[in-house]
Amino acid sequence: MSEVAGLDVGSRAIKLVVRRREEVVLSRRLPTTFDPAGQLRELFANGLPERLAVTGYGRELAREFYPQARTVTEIKAHALGAGSLFPQAATLLDIGGQDTKAIALLPGGRVGRFEMNDRCAAGTGKFLEYVATAFGLSVEAFAALALTGDDPPLISSMCTVFAETEATTLMARGVSQANIALGLHKAVAGRTLAMLGRVGLTAPVVFVGGVAKNPCLVRLVAEAVGGELLVPESPDMTGALGAALWLAAETA
Amino acid sequence: MSDAAHKAMWEKLDLDLEAHDGLLAVLGKFYGDIYLSQEGRLKGAEYLDFVLSEVHGLRIKEIQDAKAAGKKVVGTFCVFVPEELTLAAGAVQVGLCAGAKAGTELAETLVPRGTCDLIKSFVGFKLARLCPYTESCDLIVGETTCDGKKKAYEAFSQLANMHIMEVPQCKAPCDMTLFRSELVRYKEALEKLTGNAITAASLAEATTIVNAKRRALQRLSALRAADPAPISGRDALLINQISFYDDPVRFTAKINELCDEIEARVAAGEGVAPKKTPRLLLAGCPMAVPNWKLPYLIESSGAVIVGEESCIGERNTRDLTDETPADLDGMLDALAARYMQIDCACFTPNTERLDNIAALAKRLNADGVVHYGLLFCQPYSHEAMKVGKAMAAAGIPYLTIETDYGMEDAGQLKTRVEAFVETLA
Repeated sequence: MSEVAGLDVGSRAIKLVVRRREEVVLSRRLPTTFDPAGQLRELFANGLPERLAVTGYGRELAREFYPQARTVTEIKAHALGAGSLFPQAATLLDIGGQDTKAIALLPGGRVGRFEMNDRCAAGTGKFLEYVATAFGLSVEAFAALALTGDDPPLISSMCTVFAETEATTLMARGVSQANIALGLHKAVAGRTLAMLGRVGLTAPVVFVGGVAKNPCLVRLVAEAVGGELLVPESPDMTGALGAALWLAAETA
Repeated sequence: MSDAAHKAMWEKLDLDLEAHDGLLAVLGKFYGDIYLSQEGRLKGAEYLDFVLSEVHGLRIKEIQDAKAAGKKVVGTFCVFVPEELTLAAGAVQVGLCAGAKAGTELAETLVPRGTCDLIKSFVGFKLARLCPYTESCDLIVGETTCDGKKKAYEAFSQLANMHIMEVPQCKAPCDMTLFRSELVRYKEALEKLTGNAITAASLAEATTIVNAKRRALQRLSALRAADPAPISGRDALLINQISFYDDPVRFTAKINELCDEIEARVAAGEGVAPKKTPRLLLAGCPMAVPNWKLPYLIESSGAVIVGEESCIGERNTRDLTDETPADLDGMLDALAARYMQIDCACFTPNTERLDNIAALAKRLNADGVVHYGLLFCQPYSHEAMKVGKAMAAAGIPYLTIETDYGMEDAGQLKTRVEAFVETLA
């Protein structure tokens, strides 16, 4: 069996997974930057894979220099990827750089109902990145800080600009940074739960996408869904894996 | 018509010529990308291309000529305004709904920011002096369908000569009585405007014309049940859009010719997309020219649109006016009965719309329904949820989209639509 590659061109990172004989033989990640085409060229500097499926919001861009590549939406790709890692998963949550998706999974990683945030990046990875920057912290340090909070204030705004205003007001009131950080994470988890509810939240839930690497959010989402939360080892690679699986099945 | 003649006409209508040139350039580009790029289009689509290329040209010239000959022009924003009465008074009726962002900042000086783009658009077009139809009107009819429109008309009536028609929000006998009396009031307003009395004879003739137009559009709709789909959803939407401003008799003849061509195509098993292409019914808010964003996204995502449930679609064409009454009173009763069947989301509880959508999806052999809600349109946003439940009960796959006239969400919408289409394949 020849090589099949899946490429996920996300808003924050480009992910590549190459499979050979049912095994993942390569897994790479590059930041998207403001020059995704340049990053893609670098990724494939040593030659293009034999067969390639592209997903993610930049999927059409990738086709410009690899016209034979097939495209698949990130919704289907994530469902297939998550379904292969956790065949028992019934609901999928994907939080990426600028999108949040909730998907009801059907057997075989097929897509049932799905919800996706609209144009606004509220409650996505970008939101956490933005508020972390406002705290002068990296996202990792911001999540670690949030984990030390114990009495989070209720933060209602999901708009990045207003959330920062709200955080500033809370700081002026003497609320600790750790608690504000936790409150901001809780706001994201709350919004996410509402979206999961709209597709009919059924356990077990699998959490993928770059934001699933955030330990504070993983804890909060696990608490919110009130049960087992499945998180892959490399949650941000699920879409690329799913794209490769999709193409392998399509061309089998 | 020469460029100079166009310019002179627009200048006479006091349009902002420079901004208007810009608008036409954008419209032309948009049309080229979305319409002229289609493959396997019908020959009869030449009529659509021509009418649209002259949307602010020849049709406006005809309207100006009609005005010079003493005819009056009535502008409308809604399928509740009975074209039968307008034509019976010897007036020309044109739809003024607009589907492009124009004059938004100006519009926001008259209507709140949280107003839908359709309303902002018609207010913006007026304030920015961009619409030759609006500027040609002797009377503009507003109707009390949603709060956004009815309050916008209060502001708009400072800018144009308006007649406001009350549309009830329930369908009890007393509502029918109210609507019937509003028809009489509209009839009187038309008679005053035109100086022509509406008679049983003139109304019967007008009803025949309007019903013939509806029948042509019903014929088109019925032909779209075929697989492969014989016409793109974009072209069918455009036909429905044009039905609001082209001459009704010419339009009817042209659409019947187009339907002859489609019949032959169906008989030959030909279409605009391969057989088994996922077929979608588009439901929800009306899409006015040039609001082709969502249809274009859908049809470039591996699906074909087989029906439009909106006011610029089935809601406007499904019901005919009974032509049997011979006296004016009976005809007005028939008009009231026909218009009160409209399943607009402004009615409560409006459950008939749910049945109509499910029945339409079935008749058109649709694989799924996409509900389009215009951002800030409260009535249709509510109904998007109800429709979702009704479709789930009927076992029809369903996607709801809320968007506006902006293009910045096109990428995300495409992902959602493609993913929905993937689930149907």
